[in-house]
Amino acid sequence: MTEKIITKKEVEYVAKLAKLEFDEIEKKEFTSQLNSILDYFKKLNELNTEKVEPTAYVISMPNLLNEDEVKPSLPQEEVLSKAKYVKKGYFKVPKIM
Amino acid sequence: MKEEVVIGLEIHIQLMTKAKMFCHCSTDYIGKEPNTNTCPVCLGLPGSLPVLNKKVLEFAIRTAVALNCKINQISRFHRKNYFYPDLPKAYQISQYDIPLGINGYMEISLPESKEKHRIGITRVHIEEDAGKLVHKGNIDSSSYSLVDYNRCGIPLAEIVTEPDFCSPEEARIFLVKLRSIVQHLGVCDGNMEEGSMRCDANVSIRDAKTGALGTKVEIKNMNSFKAVKKALQFEVNRQKKLLDEGEKIVQETRHWDESNNVTVSMRSKEEAHDYRYFPEPDLLPIKVDVKMIDKIRKSLPELPEARRERFIENYQIPEYDAEILTSSKALGDYYEKATSLYHNSKVLSNWIMGELMRYLNEEKIEIKDSPISPEKLVEMLKLMDGGVISGKMAKNVFEKMFKTGRDASQIVKESGITQITDENELFEVIDNVIKENPKSVNNFNEGKEKALNYLVGQVMRYTKGRAKPDFVFKAIKQRIKK
Amino acid sequence: MTLNQLTAHEVINLIRKKKITAYEVMQDIFNQIDKVDNLIRAFLVLNKEEALKQSKEIDIKVKNGEKLPPLAGVAVAVKDIIVTRGTETTCGSKILKGFIPPYNATVINRLKEAGAIIIGKTNMDEFAMGSSTENSAFGPTHNPWDLERVPGGSSGGSTAAVAADETFVALGTDTGGSIRQPASLCGMVGLKPTYGRVSRYGLVAYASSLDQIGPITKDVTDCALLMKVISGHDNMDSTSVNLEVPDYLKSCQEGIKDLKIGVPKEYFIEGIDPEVKDALDKALKVFEKLGAKIEEASLPHTEYSLPAYYLIATAEASSNLARYDGVQYGYRVEDYEDLSFMYQRTRSKGFGSEVKRRIMLGTYALSSGYYDAYYLKAQKVRTLIKEDFDKAFEKYDILITPTSPTPAFKLKEKVSDPLTMYLSDIYTVPINLAGIPAISLNCGYSKSNLPIGLQIIGKHFSEETILRTAYNFEKHSDVEKKKPEMKPAKCKEVVE
Repeated sequence: MTEKIITKKEVEYVAKLAKLEFDEIEKKEFTSQLNSILDYFKKLNELNTEKVEPTAYVISMPNLLNEDEVKPSLPQEEVLSKAKYVKKGYFKVPKIM
Repeated sequence: MKEEVVIGLEIHIQLMTKAKMFCHCSTDYIGKEPNTNTCPVCLGLPGSLPVLNKKVLEFAIRTAVALNCKINQISRFHRKNYFYPDLPKAYQISQYDIPLGINGYMEISLPESKEKHRIGITRVHIEEDAGKLVHKGNIDSSSYSLVDYNRCGIPLAEIVTEPDFCSPEEARIFLVKLRSIVQHLGVCDGNMEEGSMRCDANVSIRDAKTGALGTKVEIKNMNSFKAVKKALQFEVNRQKKLLDEGEKIVQETRHWDESNNVTVSMRSKEEAHDYRYFPEPDLLPIKVDVKMIDKIRKSLPELPEARRERFIENYQIPEYDAEILTSSKALGDYYEKATSLYHNSKVLSNWIMGELMRYLNEEKIEIKDSPISPEKLVEMLKLMDGGVISGKMAKNVFEKMFKTGRDASQIVKESGITQITDENELFEVIDNVIKENPKSVNNFNEGKEKALNYLVGQVMRYTKGRAKPDFVFKAIKQRIKK
Repeated sequence: MTLNQLTAHEVINLIRKKKITAYEVMQDIFNQIDKVDNLIRAFLVLNKEEALKQSKEIDIKVKNGEKLPPLAGVAVAVKDIIVTRGTETTCGSKILKGFIPPYNATVINRLKEAGAIIIGKTNMDEFAMGSSTENSAFGPTHNPWDLERVPGGSSGGSTAAVAADETFVALGTDTGGSIRQPASLCGMVGLKPTYGRVSRYGLVAYASSLDQIGPITKDVTDCALLMKVISGHDNMDSTSVNLEVPDYLKSCQEGIKDLKIGVPKEYFIEGIDPEVKDALDKALKVFEKLGAKIEEASLPHTEYSLPAYYLIATAEASSNLARYDGVQYGYRVEDYEDLSFMYQRTRSKGFGSEVKRRIMLGTYALSSGYYDAYYLKAQKVRTLIKEDFDKAFEKYDILITPTSPTPAFKLKEKVSDPLTMYLSDIYTVPINLAGIPAISLNCGYSKSNLPIGLQIIGKHFSEETILRTAYNFEKHSDVEKKKPEMKPAKCKEVVE
């Protein structure tokens, strides 16, 4: 049995960060799945990467910079058209507790 | 415990480019209908990607250079991830480990002591602004919020100072100077009330004996320079009181409540955020070479300090005047325009700092919207010089000019309050006054100088102030002698 | 034989020569879709009326003797992760059902300018996360070669549509193999360009530093044609490279004598299907015959690619998918106490389990305390993998490997264990980490008549070389050129 890398409590914390919710059964399943996946990822520790630079960017290029010019924005109806709840030109969202 | 106040500031300025930071929507969003100033990029629609506006980079470098920062030749963007309705992508594109500018400073001058105090600038970086939330009623009682994304993607420069302020007043002085600098640089209009300049602070109390640092409290929601000073003063007092009572300071974020003049704990609404910063993969690192930095440095517009020195030298006005006239770019521009049209720079300085500023402040009008332009002011002064109106009349004319926006010459013509220059007309009045006041004439002949003043006053009364006082004095004496 | 069974370049030629009309072609295309798509389930949305209209417009141009753009009359199917203005774009997810983008992806604009006709949007694994198209919220796509098997993923719909002659060409996307692996499983040609070669503007992001759009076609010529149209710098994408686009078609035709081919030994480990190994060996002999020099190569960090990939991709995905919250568009739950509940319920009900799993993994990998151990570590390993390729390309012009360790597997075979599914990407993932181009094309069939794919890998911006290699193989190999039968009787489950 793989030793637990991530606990149920941590799964709950991560879910909160990611704005996801799970019932008890899902939590159990996720915890077990995430553990096997993370266990497999432990492999990476076999490599000594102390002196290695991380690859944050795959390509190297001069800056792409745009001119400071104004172009037409989207019309309001188009912006709002896909939303379920709008009011007087605004998007409507439930209160923040 | 001997207590020392330790304050640091975090200021956000909206950069005055034409287009937003990563797209081509206009930055002119104030007063617009909601969600009319957006596009797939600033809305964060699926598939959209950011491209940096080169003017944003230029303005930010200008700011960092003016604040004496070292410019990082390679800096990069990071994503700051969190959920909030005003953040459409659920992350803000900002800078984290390698900002654009670091290790700068600004010197402020304390007014009474004239001491100079150097405030360290930790960093200057660029990031995008979020949208706006509108609440029906109070944020607490409303059952829903309304979201307007017009402001999303507006370019911001964040300026973080070292905790070098020793008093709320220092913080206020710094902000006034910073505003003047960014205005002179042409990168920001520095309007705290409209939100183009925002300020948060960190306040703590240090034990002067041991040097032990106190617990930092973050203060937000200060919407004017005055509010900054009041809020910081309140917070300093609050912390000092707690410490004197042997209480501990809680590390937290507090909001300034303008209506009740207190800072209020926001702890119940705040959760420690794990922003999960990682380098923004959609934007490559920003490369700024030495040539570009030098070019910007050399082409920096005149900064307030340099302008002040130049005003003192060129216009021969005292430091006090120069300081006020360069406290905002618009005011300095007004003054310079006026001096280009009129020879007496001290007179201009007096009128601008005096009457003009008084009316502008009373009516809460900005200098750029002044109903009296430099040209109109100068025209009025020339009427005074030509003797058409007296100094006292000029003040009335000025008020009318301010209230109606009309020219001095128009006002003077219509009200018929020009000085009487026709000597015959004046002598006629003088003769009448002498005839009607024999007693005063006698008193004067007996050596009572006051009687002359009375006679002059009577002439002024009859002519409704339009007589030239100097002339009347001489003329009455002349007539009486006869 | 119906017109939809031709290749794009054949159709273009025939239309220009006025031997057929674009309208006739389009009719055959839609007839085929009517005939087989209830079995294949490649399409989510079809634009029949508009497509037929546009084909008529091409015919008018032909009649008037006007100059025709390069892809005039060619039907293109587009993976539903690429935004199309006015047409629903779901990314295979419930959370985007009803989302109608107000803008086109850059590649769509380029296709339209080239005269191509977009006939519909294709099925895919939700948000491109998967290797079988079984993670679609709208049901799986079936492999035309065996309707009980998967077409591969995540571009399963696009690939199956091409293989089933429902379209001439298709656009897919590849983050960890999602063009190449389905191409291999369906016997088609699929190319993942160098990162930055094709604009990502309008490509709904899964993993920003790995995603690329690429062509899925019936042959290499069509692939080269499509690459010429969609490649090139875009001012709307800061990661798109400002390099000239070569004439891929022209350079294809040159030979491959003296081409130095490396065959990395790490790709022939246990787990590889013996039939796949066999097909590869036979293919290598073809290259030898054509004058190429073949040698064993080594990419020593290959075994670390999968964990590195899954950490980087899921981390970026967790951030890219955070915007799906029901506020501006798409699915939104009705019952909630406040904003926080609205967010988490909408996302939990709107996303499928694989997507949620990857978001959780990615969030964890970036979270405070774990960033260095996971995300940063993975980015460092990525450097080592990239360096492996850099070193190999000092010695070799191209590398050849199998695309997939097995031919198409059965539906539902791997869904219960995510790790098993991840392992099917083992040969394709390293290429995305290095940002280099690779093409997959058919090199044989298994005993059960399932296609087997060959992967040709080149260094950055060497699409010309890999296309040329692929072209020559296609021309000179004796791999049977056949079409899938798509017998409906074989599959009982599909017809509901």
